[in-house]
Amino acid sequence: MAEFTLPKNSVIKKGKNHPAPEGAERVKRFKIYRYDPDSGENPRYDTFTVDLDDCGPMVLDALIKIKGEQDSSLTFRRSCREGICGSCAMNLDGKNGLACTTAIEDLKGEIRITPLPHMAVIKDLVPDFTHFYAQYASIQPWLKTVTPPPAGKERLQSPEQRDKLDGLYECILCACCSTSCPSYWWNSDKFLGPAILLQAYRWLADSRDEMTGERLDELEDPFRLYRCHTIMNCANTCPKGLNPAKAIAETKKMMVERAV
Amino acid sequence: MADSQATEAYKIIDHTYDTVVIGAGGSGLRATMGSAEAGFKTANISKVFPTRSHTVAAQGGIAASLGNNTPDHWSWHMYDTVKGSDWLGDQDAIEYLCREAPQAVYELEHAGVPFSRNDNGTIYQRPFGGHMQNMGKGPPVQRTCAAADRTGHAMLHALYQQSLKYDADFFIEYFALDLIMEDGKCRGVIALCLDDGSIHRFRAHAVVLATGGYGRTFQSATSAHTCTGDGNAMCLRAGIALQDMEFIQFHPTGIYGAGVLITEGARGEGGYLTNSEGERFMERYAPSAKDLASRDVVSRSMAMEIREGRGVGKEKDHIFLHLDHIDPKVLHERLPGITETGKIFAGVDLTRKPLPVVPTVHYNMGGIPTNYHGEVVHLKDGNPDAVVPGLFAVGEAACVSVHGANRLGSNSLIDLVVFGRATGLRLKETLKPGTAHDPLPKGSEEMALTRLDHFRNADGGSPTAEIRSKMQKTMQKHCAVFRTDELMQEGIKEIDKIYAGMQDVHVSDRSLIWNTDLVETLELDNLLAQAMVTIRSAANRKESRGAHSHEDYPERDDANWMKHTVTTFEGWGGKDGKVAIDYRPVHDYTLTDEISYIEPKKRVY
Repeated sequence: MAEFTLPKNSVIKKGKNHPAPEGAERVKRFKIYRYDPDSGENPRYDTFTVDLDDCGPMVLDALIKIKGEQDSSLTFRRSCREGICGSCAMNLDGKNGLACTTAIEDLKGEIRITPLPHMAVIKDLVPDFTHFYAQYASIQPWLKTVTPPPAGKERLQSPEQRDKLDGLYECILCACCSTSCPSYWWNSDKFLGPAILLQAYRWLADSRDEMTGERLDELEDPFRLYRCHTIMNCANTCPKGLNPAKAIAETKKMMVERAV
Repeated sequence: MADSQATEAYKIIDHTYDTVVIGAGGSGLRATMGSAEAGFKTANISKVFPTRSHTVAAQGGIAASLGNNTPDHWSWHMYDTVKGSDWLGDQDAIEYLCREAPQAVYELEHAGVPFSRNDNGTIYQRPFGGHMQNMGKGPPVQRTCAAADRTGHAMLHALYQQSLKYDADFFIEYFALDLIMEDGKCRGVIALCLDDGSIHRFRAHAVVLATGGYGRTFQSATSAHTCTGDGNAMCLRAGIALQDMEFIQFHPTGIYGAGVLITEGARGEGGYLTNSEGERFMERYAPSAKDLASRDVVSRSMAMEIREGRGVGKEKDHIFLHLDHIDPKVLHERLPGITETGKIFAGVDLTRKPLPVVPTVHYNMGGIPTNYHGEVVHLKDGNPDAVVPGLFAVGEAACVSVHGANRLGSNSLIDLVVFGRATGLRLKETLKPGTAHDPLPKGSEEMALTRLDHFRNADGGSPTAEIRSKMQKTMQKHCAVFRTDELMQEGIKEIDKIYAGMQDVHVSDRSLIWNTDLVETLELDNLLAQAMVTIRSAANRKESRGAHSHEDYPERDDANWMKHTVTTFEGWGGKDGKVAIDYRPVHDYTLTDEISYIEPKKRVY
């Protein structure tokens, strides 16, 4: 029988409540997942009430404010704060996204923040990306050619050929898509997941790359590629507006085309 | 001593490498690649996963005289860079940069960077501020190679992808604490593994600092939260002087309020600035280059308009950037990133409305002094170019100096790859793979661990965020676009107090696993040392040059100030705090006989 309840040590307990400073008029409650690996205790939800009149507009602004003023042990990754580095990916009220480009006012009521789903949690909102990065390396994501590059000049590529990379190269490896994909939750040991498959297609689509056949061989596998069941959570969640499902469909099309 | 006893509690793991690179942005990855390809056993230590480094946020492009879209020549690029630097740049290094630039861009293209293209298939190049044809005479040149407005992202990802091909060990999410120095020589580095709190001691023949800038000393910066100049501060603690720290670039177009960058490419593609009267005021300040004058000039002009009451908005404290006249198709193709950024951070559809912008801290021209091989140099026994053995610096952390008093847009990305590569080449010339290592001096970990343990147990009354915010506000107020003696002297008093206040810092997370409270405190200590050095170097320079605009001394003074400031600092954690200033001469010679020294003249755009 499949087990449908969380193991005992994963049950999320009720945590501390941090009220808003006195006199705050416009407030918002953030219910944040906390896990302290040192304590041996279960994870918990702490609640922080933030004065919105003294806070920037984005969820990341609130997290930084909480860390600065209410609990400096709150742990999360962040860097660029403009949606290009991919550090602050997390689950915001049930949907994966970047804390830095998600506006507080777009989330109604109390905002629940948890780490990206289905990754091992190291501490609070910091998940372990090791496997995700290893899968990225496994597709050999670099330009592969047989022809040597022209000496002292660039390889040529027409604007139309270059256009084919739009919607692919912009990926920031935040893993929002892969960790929202039920197929990936179920089979992430073998299924590459939407982020990595989008990257794989980025090289299939590049007119300069000369290893298309070999790349397709590597992907032709019931799990690596074909576990995608077009659920489309990936396209729905991507904070950069990319569509991994389409890249996967194009890859499958290339598989068919070379078979006939 | 309680402190040194405490250090015994930490588990130390030892490593030995030929080369250890600290930082995995553009310059760090390029240096790592060069070292690994030369056959050296190479490690890279980075506090963030490589593609999260701040290179990723560079937008507009990378300068190189390919001549794809307009005629160009490396000597024209050199002239513009020298003029942009307000003649504080070292011309041997600038010649090296501009001559090597085209090859470095081709190398990136061969690595797979998805550059935008011209109809004939070559790399698309756009105009950028301060870049001209014909040795500065004009017209503007199209020199900036672009991947839409995501050039840094495209480049950093390609460099990371390349790193998966070669043989180097990456220590990711490790925070470098301090250099190991012995008799003036760098012997290695100590780092903290965030994942489990273990301490790693790296013994190496060469340490390359590629740790980026320190924009976060200011309240409003385009820089990432992680831009805390950790390598700069490690040098200060090792007794190595930092150079030209008073020169801080304000980018003309940070989004008002959010501080998020809007590329100069926006103006390169035809965007322009207006004041509250709807006037294109740059025509007054820079009659020929207009909105594409160099960044210090545009930022100062904007600040002047605001000061004279012609700012826009309720508080009249910002300026409008117009792109609404540009064909939406062009915006979609060449500036898609900022179209999105404008919507998210300013709530503006820039195909219809102007963007609110304001000059925002963006880049540190100053840093760790190096020669054009990337070797760190210092004043020693009267020799201003004495090499610090075993230590290199590249990228924004370094001060080669190719940017002098003001960096031209798109010259930073090229700086990363040219000098990252130069470091690899220099290692190849000066070191043999597998050379035996001497044992490290006894207690090599002591300083790093004492400091770490001190902050981990810091139990004062001031939270890290509170001290950081005070420092940022003070620097923003007292060391910004316009500077006066009075303002800076007040600032020095304030910053001294804030630095001393670091003795009262409070860290509440005592854990060793992913302790970001501790890391932010170590970063703040790094920032404070640099703030101390920056504001004193600024107060010391009695002239105006490039980004350093001193109202009491509005003219450039070549007779007295054509020299690099080199500044040392003593102490950490609010203790001591002594700053000492000295000078190095500007290199008034070029690298080869193919071009002669470009003589200083008045800088007009």
